[in-house]
Amino acid sequence: MSSAMRADERYNDRVVRQFTVMTVVWGIVGMLVGVLIAAQLYWPQIGEGIPWLSYGRLRPLHTNAVIFAFGGCALMATSLYVVQRTSHVRLFSDRLAAFVFWGWQAVIVSAAITLPLGYTQGKEYAELEWPIDILITLVWVAYAVVFFGTLAKRRVSHIYVANWFYASFIVAVALLHIVNNLSLPVGWLKSYSVYTGAVDAMAQWWYGHNAVGFFLTAGFLGMMYYFVPKQAQRPVYSYRLSIVHFWALIAIYMWAGPHHLQYTALPDWAQSLGMVFSLILLAPSWGGAINGVMTLSGAWHKLRTDPIIKFLIVAVSFYMIATFEGPMMSIKTVNSLSHYTDWTVGHVHAGALGWVAMISLGSVYAMWPRLLGQGQMWSVKLIDTHFWVHTIGVVFYIASMWIAGVMQGLMWRATNSDGTLSYSFVESLAVTYPYYLIRLLGGLLVLGGMGLMAWNVWQTWRQARTTEDALVLPPATAH
Amino acid sequence: MTGGWSWYVSALVALNIVGCVWLIWWTGRRRPGDPSPEQTSHYWDGDITEYNKPMPRWWIILFYLTIVFSLGYLLYYPGLGSWRGTGGWTSGREHDADRAENQARINAAFAPYADKPVEELAKDPTVLRLGQAIFANNCAACHGADARGARGFPNLTDTIWHWGGLPQDILDSVTNGRQAMMPPLRAAFANDAEVDETVAYVRSLSGQNVDKELAARGEPRFATTCAACHGPEGKGNTLMGAPDLTDSYWLYGGDAATVKQTIVDGRNGQMPAHGPLLGPARARVVAAWVYAQSHAQPAAQAAPQ
Repeated sequence: MSSAMRADERYNDRVVRQFTVMTVVWGIVGMLVGVLIAAQLYWPQIGEGIPWLSYGRLRPLHTNAVIFAFGGCALMATSLYVVQRTSHVRLFSDRLAAFVFWGWQAVIVSAAITLPLGYTQGKEYAELEWPIDILITLVWVAYAVVFFGTLAKRRVSHIYVANWFYASFIVAVALLHIVNNLSLPVGWLKSYSVYTGAVDAMAQWWYGHNAVGFFLTAGFLGMMYYFVPKQAQRPVYSYRLSIVHFWALIAIYMWAGPHHLQYTALPDWAQSLGMVFSLILLAPSWGGAINGVMTLSGAWHKLRTDPIIKFLIVAVSFYMIATFEGPMMSIKTVNSLSHYTDWTVGHVHAGALGWVAMISLGSVYAMWPRLLGQGQMWSVKLIDTHFWVHTIGVVFYIASMWIAGVMQGLMWRATNSDGTLSYSFVESLAVTYPYYLIRLLGGLLVLGGMGLMAWNVWQTWRQARTTEDALVLPPATAH
Repeated sequence: MTGGWSWYVSALVALNIVGCVWLIWWTGRRRPGDPSPEQTSHYWDGDITEYNKPMPRWWIILFYLTIVFSLGYLLYYPGLGSWRGTGGWTSGREHDADRAENQARINAAFAPYADKPVEELAKDPTVLRLGQAIFANNCAACHGADARGARGFPNLTDTIWHWGGLPQDILDSVTNGRQAMMPPLRAAFANDAEVDETVAYVRSLSGQNVDKELAARGEPRFATTCAACHGPEGKGNTLMGAPDLTDSYWLYGGDAATVKQTIVDGRNGQMPAHGPLLGPARARVVAAWVYAQSHAQPAAQAAPQ
């Protein structure tokens, strides 16, 4: 487990810095595409007649860019940062780590080229065609080897809780990716899924919801478990709570996929199980949130002064909102109202912009100066501005989509006493129209905040005198 | 589902739910030798450590409540493999019941109109309101909310009817749909120039400004190739949906390039049958609304067709 430590052993911070910079870059790219397609919903003539600018091709580009490029780089940056520091050891392999970085960037660039050209498997969040899927698999295996290899040579006996979450995220995503992408290639950029009909739909949403559960939740809980106590300088609230919510979370998430297929051709028993396990998921989700927020007890005053804490704690608050909303929306009666409406879009963005993005941004702001041997970011005030711009943007976004979604659901189901539908579809679209403008405004604010961040990251880089990797901290012995 | 799979699903469900209960119980109880809640024993990265505080009681209760609810739900509803649930619920049955209830409301509301002539219905304001709602949800996607049509989808508010504008014709169109069939005719012409001549003649029929000499050469070609359906004078034939080419209305466009494309590649306009979807009474009501769009004046309706 532990090896003799050389006094000059350093962390591999190079790969962490690379991933951190690309987190910001891909965040801007992905959110820019999001703003563009939000604008297309308000002004449909934008990009008219240009196939690769059409909504249907840019939408998967947006989701892939924000989830796998922005979120993925944030996860890889922080996991490799956290696993080294909580294991008190340098990464298992520098060459493999470099392969993970460049391989992942190659995956992202391939996606950015093939999706606008219209190459797609037609599976949500798994659009990329089979050659790219194989590259993802190779990169992911290398990532797992680097992460678990580093854990294996750790110099402390206990594995810190953040690493449990990163580990489950890495293992589960490998499983999900391979199973859902099994397909028969019929050309270099064309393949057919091995599953058919309702089974294909079930495999897809088993993947889809666990992509939310493991990619967008477990990994980011790992971030929370390191950066919240680090930034607040307080002990994690409860070790035993972390045990319960970890095991319950990873066991129960696996069942929740069918709630994406309520009232479809999926068998009734599978729909029921999807609903009840989504409800049971509420407590394990909130367990993590409680552990994050309560870690701040005794240091609440830091919420006033430290914008990084604001990012982290508001992220956890949005996590609580989204993980309450999710189980509610999985209840069949609620789902029959919310399904296919913009409420779903609002829910996803409460999670993506509120939870995932804010915990990532807070973590990057905490990590970046340390990676450059600096005490703090170039401008703490600018972090605060970013926090407020981002938060207001998220509120605009999700509030407008909630209102629009509930309105759509009510209008679609409204019938007159004579049994005819009260509204035509286009009438529901007409009343949604102004909310698309508010959503666009929210998106622009979030994108603007990312611009502030890029400036701050650049200036912090410029003022850093050194990019020398940090010395490995010897593990604590006398506690 | 076969017995084996049913047991497999049920056992996995039980394992997960019982596992959660055991997990809460096992981590919740305090054992001798446990570190005290405020005690921190391990340190990572210099200053990261953990308390071991008890889990919030309200949270444990919430956890148990969701589990109890779920067990009750899985008893009442299908979920545990092939267990049908004590409630006898299926989504198919719920759908059928909802549909039957709505159908009963529709039947009651529309029964008075089932046998009335379309012309008469078109004068009844209640029918027109109902008809508009049906049109908006079933027809507007192609014909537009104002029924003025779009390229390839006829305007229903004018007096031009490719399949006939009598009340019974409109009702037939709604109920049984229409399948237009303009064949691709490039092979009927020796060369491209012959097509262009025919295009010129066709456009001359509606008084468009064309090369007279070209049109004159096209006239005999029209007679041999097009007149069978569109008539010797190009007046069309509502029996086969062949449009009148002498009026100013063009379903796909009357410019030379479009007319040529129509002749070379043919057209395949389709109106799906709505009888099975709407039932006879609602079809009649929406036909009355459509009829009323081009017969707004009561005087016009009285005139013999």
